[in-house]
Amino acid sequence: MSSVLLDALAGVLSPVSILLVLVGTAGGIIVGALPGLTATMAIALLVPFTFGMSPVHGLVLLGAIYTSAIYGGSFSAILINTPGTPSAIATTFDGYPMARRGEAYRAIVTATIASVVGGLIGVAFLIFLSPPLARASLRFGPPEYFWLAMFGLTIIAAVSPRSTLKGLIGGGIGLLISTVGISPIDGATRYNFGTLSLQSGISLIPALIGFFCIPEVLRMVEESQHSGEMIPYKRQRRMVKRVLQQLVRRPWLMIRSSVIGTLVGIIPGAGGNIAGLVSYNEAVRASRDKASFGQGAVEGVAASEAANNASVAGALIPMLTLGVPGAPPAAVLFGALLLQGMRPGAELFTTYAPVTYAFLFSLVLANLAMLPLGLLLGKGVARLMQKVKVQTMAPVIIFLSMVGSYSIYNNLGDVYTMVATGIVAHVLRKAGFQPGPIVLGLILGPIAEQGLLQSLLLGRARGSMLMVFFARPISVVLIVLTVVSILAPILVQIRDRRALRQGPSSGGTE
Amino acid sequence: MNRQTRVFVTMIAATLGALVTLGGAHASGQAEGREYPTRAISYVIPFAPGGQSDVTAQYQKPYLEELLGVNVLIRHQAGAGGALGWAALAAGRPDGYTIMGNNIPHIIIQPLIRDDAGYRTEQLKPVYLFQTTPIGIAVHADSPFNTLEDLIHYARSNPGAVTVSGSGTHSGHHLAILQLQHLTGTEFTYIPATGAAPSLTNFLGRHTDVLMANSDDLVAHRGEMKILAVGTTDRFGPLPNVPTFIEQGLEMTAGIDRGVAVSPNTPDDIVRRLEEAFHAVTTNPVFRAEMDAMGFETQTMGSAEFARYIEQKTGEIQTVLRELGEL
Repeated sequence: MSSVLLDALAGVLSPVSILLVLVGTAGGIIVGALPGLTATMAIALLVPFTFGMSPVHGLVLLGAIYTSAIYGGSFSAILINTPGTPSAIATTFDGYPMARRGEAYRAIVTATIASVVGGLIGVAFLIFLSPPLARASLRFGPPEYFWLAMFGLTIIAAVSPRSTLKGLIGGGIGLLISTVGISPIDGATRYNFGTLSLQSGISLIPALIGFFCIPEVLRMVEESQHSGEMIPYKRQRRMVKRVLQQLVRRPWLMIRSSVIGTLVGIIPGAGGNIAGLVSYNEAVRASRDKASFGQGAVEGVAASEAANNASVAGALIPMLTLGVPGAPPAAVLFGALLLQGMRPGAELFTTYAPVTYAFLFSLVLANLAMLPLGLLLGKGVARLMQKVKVQTMAPVIIFLSMVGSYSIYNNLGDVYTMVATGIVAHVLRKAGFQPGPIVLGLILGPIAEQGLLQSLLLGRARGSMLMVFFARPISVVLIVLTVVSILAPILVQIRDRRALRQGPSSGGTE
Repeated sequence: MNRQTRVFVTMIAATLGALVTLGGAHASGQAEGREYPTRAISYVIPFAPGGQSDVTAQYQKPYLEELLGVNVLIRHQAGAGGALGWAALAAGRPDGYTIMGNNIPHIIIQPLIRDDAGYRTEQLKPVYLFQTTPIGIAVHADSPFNTLEDLIHYARSNPGAVTVSGSGTHSGHHLAILQLQHLTGTEFTYIPATGAAPSLTNFLGRHTDVLMANSDDLVAHRGEMKILAVGTTDRFGPLPNVPTFIEQGLEMTAGIDRGVAVSPNTPDDIVRRLEEAFHAVTTNPVFRAEMDAMGFETQTMGSAEFARYIEQKTGEIQTVLRELGEL
């Protein structure tokens, strides 16, 4: 066993492997940072090239791209309020406000350190606990998906600090949008108005670009009238050290976020986007200074980024041990493994152990490589953004948004979706609706719908809806979490009000 | 004010620029050389990457490139269970520079079930059918059912109580379970998942009693299940101990057939050139061995035979769906 591990380590530490990790990491960060270009796409594009490589080299390259693209998504989230990959949605909530305060680099440093820590903790789980965690992931059936989605919807409260009502309406809009297209369960077409392009529904990535990016660009242009400069830039020395100190003081935040990320990643069908959002929600809930979230809290960026990078390793756990990919990019990696003649499953850890462990070690390496590469690229991009004027920036971003939307599946329909959602989002924003809750509804809608309908079918077959929905252990945990999540803010409010009435001396935690 | 106007003008220009570029990319493919092919061929998979069609195409790619002498670019145009891709192919240029995965029963069922599928089955010009993945039926390793007969017997006396995991509605798996119900007078509760992987997890996690799955998934997970029947006409090579449905007295076969098609009215000589290339790949012993190892059954159906096969399958599927009241 240990000789296998040593062989694997030797394979990873070869010059070619290290070079591939560096190339893959740098490329992944750039792909991730460009809205519309996702980890899934980058891996799919590169699979044919890795076909000719040795299995170790091919997988090392693809693994590095996967993990760093998820991290790279934070760049555009922070700089232009647009998640570069869906995983970075929660990063926009605090990352962009930080950038607008002139702390873009600080936000990027935070995202970088959190991503590295999250990624490494996730890989540790992957290396040491894969088989039991994969078994546990199978316990997640239709009712659990339904309750996970219900719990996920409670995040709306955390991501709409100004108005919960508008948050709920936004979430409802998102859920409604998610019903467009062919129903996942009974195959009926809904709200497609007889058009073909709406049959597959509103795709997530063009909608993300539309909801987050377009209103921001329009705002940029509107404000350019008043102020000449884009974002103020504060020069700060020893940023890395300072952020590191800040995060070390909150070990629990990093550990919690990474564990959440890993666990959500393991669940097939729930990827980095849900991981980041759930982790963000928990960070808000655990914080004493809830009001700072959404205004540029370092913790918000750290929670989202640690979780989404931990989810990369999480998604690989069921893929490698069971042959069931946990997220779309993992599904493409699954195909890459098949092409190398390696069938995911138990054999990977016996027959192909040297290759498999080399791949796992390379993920450690890729996460470490993200630190210098990310900081270097981040500093450069953050500086560049200060120098580019709105006249240049706005058209470039619009251009990239269009190309990005088109290139996902080569559908012009996706470009129209992006433009249409962008216009809708701009109008909604003027009315005080934030994109966060809408996108949350859009992501969770299909999960909730499938879970609900499959559970109803199961309940009918088993002759007891009650048993299916309320008598399964994981479901019960999720139900309790949902109820707590809904009641906690209300109870806090009641307590605060009472404390206020009784005077400042009594009650209240300092 | 002036400044804002300028920014807006630039933005509109950029928008138009992007649209023109994309439109150009969309409609590229003008030059028609004398000797097809003279430039790269797009091999479009109408599904998300990572699936079986994709993996097979990745395998074929290097062989095709050598045989055709041009680059073969694999692209993915996913959506609506493949219908988005097929609709684009049906409306595409008949120049042979876009070939697309052509999957049965998908291309037959979609236009039957939906008026707005965006294409008609006969619009897609079949080139070559290279692979069949038989569909089989399995139960858990510790299930009380040891044979298909046991399962059917139980299902008959307990209508709707047995849950079956499968991928999609109006899909190959769905069709197979409908056929089984129809032939045996039973009623199962079919739980459709959004793909083969989530369907497999629903079964492996013991959320359902029965699994309908493609042969490669059955082969990979055979240690964790009892496979009761497989939808081939003769015994399936990689699973020699599993009887067919036919052996057990049920006149049904079930499987997913994979081939490629081109746009309607593509000239016959172009189709023939592609057909020859795919035939050479499929009969290559190295390629065949790779397909076998993954649990795929290779087929060697040329354009004309493929077209007849589609016609025959269309008749069968229409009958089944009509008898079940799905049409």
